[in-house]
Amino acid sequence: MQKLGGGVPLPILTAVGLILLWEAGVRGFSVPSYIAPAPSDIARALVNDFPLLMRNFWPTLFESLLGFAVGNLGAVLIAIAFVHNKTVEKAFFPIAVFINTVPILAIAPILVLIFGGGLTAKVVIAALICFFPTLVNMVRGLEAVTPQVMELARILSASKWEIFWKIRLPSSLPFLFAALKIAATTSVIGAIVGEWVGADKGLGTLIIDATFNFRAAQLYATVLMSSGLSVVMFASVAIAEKLLIRWEHK
Amino acid sequence: MQVASSPAAGSVPIAASLRNATVRFATFTAIDKISLDIEDGAFYSILGPSGCGKSTLLRLISDLIPAAEGEVTVFGKSTEEARLAREFAFVFQEATLLPWRSAIDNVRLPLEIGRSRGLKLPVSERSPAELLELVGLKGRENALPHELSGGMRQRVAIARALVCKPKLLLMDEPFGALDEMTRDHMNLELLRIWQETGVTILFVTHSIPEAIFLGQKVLMLKANPGRVREIVDIDLPYPREIALRDTLEFTRYSARLRQLLETC
Ligand SMILES: Nc1ncnc2c1ncn2[C@@H]1O[C@H](COP(=O)(O)OP(=O)(O)OP(=O)(O)O)[C@@H](O)[C@H]1O
Ligand SMILES: [Mg+2]
Repeated sequence: MQKLGGGVPLPILTAVGLILLWEAGVRGFSVPSYIAPAPSDIARALVNDFPLLMRNFWPTLFESLLGFAVGNLGAVLIAIAFVHNKTVEKAFFPIAVFINTVPILAIAPILVLIFGGGLTAKVVIAALICFFPTLVNMVRGLEAVTPQVMELARILSASKWEIFWKIRLPSSLPFLFAALKIAATTSVIGAIVGEWVGADKGLGTLIIDATFNFRAAQLYATVLMSSGLSVVMFASVAIAEKLLIRWEHK
Repeated sequence: MQVASSPAAGSVPIAASLRNATVRFATFTAIDKISLDIEDGAFYSILGPSGCGKSTLLRLISDLIPAAEGEVTVFGKSTEEARLAREFAFVFQEATLLPWRSAIDNVRLPLEIGRSRGLKLPVSERSPAELLELVGLKGRENALPHELSGGMRQRVAIARALVCKPKLLLMDEPFGALDEMTRDHMNLELLRIWQETGVTILFVTHSIPEAIFLGQKVLMLKANPGRVREIVDIDLPYPREIALRDTLEFTRYSARLRQLLETC
């Protein structure tokens, strides 16, 4: 990484510079704070509204995590079924593709109608948004075994089960983690979209609330919390990947 | 040490036997009525023009592809029975290691497969660590494949092939991707392993010197359709040294095989 002045990384310096410029701009042109709050206003909102923000942070975290778990687990299991049974794949893959083409924003209200304003709808939306990339990657990963390795397995008289556990599953892990890193951030999007459509708590609810009440600084603070959530989810997956995948993957 | 050639048919146990074996891919005949006996403990080099069916022959013996006609037996068993009994092992051109497993765990792989299903596995009296030592990889047991050179990876593959104590070792251009120096070294190691273990070896190569240097016999195949062109006895004593290649006898064999190859 490039370093400047006292070993501070360049991107951080740039970010600090932009924030200062933003602060100066808002003050210099006296932009009303309900249109664009200064970074100092947002910082103040973060501190003052912290209990409120945290109250709404936990539900969103919970929905994202559950959606992440359900969506990815479903995708992995279905990928395993696809790889072991071509008929199942032929029957269901087009349906999976079709579901993927439906915009999540368009389908969210339907899901809220079906599952109600509670936790379930948000989890389903978050799960749906994770599902497809993981399914596609996992199928590719499970099939990324070279013909030569399959011949080796055949010479060792390996069963389908042994091929799966000892060969297919480990070789799919890099593909799985590529998808999980996408899902880590999209599941948060799913949860927030679900909250927009109908909820009484969560960061999504707070975003809508703050917007309609012109509490711009609070809105920005909530958005910061949301991206903080995404970053934490992403980093957790990235760390798990580092710990689990030590081999070189092309 | 092995006896160079079988004096009279029937007096030596047979490792692999083909009777009018034919392999077809759709309408294309890759191997045409080959009949052949490989004596137990022998070292055969297999030469022939590209596409003449060398790999197909090994794949036929190792039960990767079926014979359309004729019969193939390995130590008197069908190829499938021999496969289930781990009578043979295969070394491919690529090391074909599992990249997430360390060298020693790659060597252990054959021991882990089939056990739970009650497959009776022969096990080498040498431990995986000793096998790695045998192929000159002592101290690198825990290295991952990407941390090893191409030659080292291939040696891990050879150790893996030996872990179930095969009686027949099928090698398809195992050193084809290695540089000359490493290849020479691996040739010497392979001869040493052959003499130490008494395993029967079928060794496919594109290199005439390599075929002569290693084999007791050179099996020359011809293409279209794949048949045995000739089996040439290499009457050069073991243990063989690299300097053998500079001898007049070696050069004579070399010239003879080159002529034969041109007529294949
Ligand atoms: N799976 C397959 N399907 C169709 N044809 C095949 C298949 N495998 C091999 N062949 C054909 O059979 C013939 C023999 O192939 P094989 O791979 O045994 O040759 P080879 O002697 O090993 O050649 P090389 O020296 O290039 O490795 C070739 O003409 C090849 O095209
Ligand atoms: Mg070949």
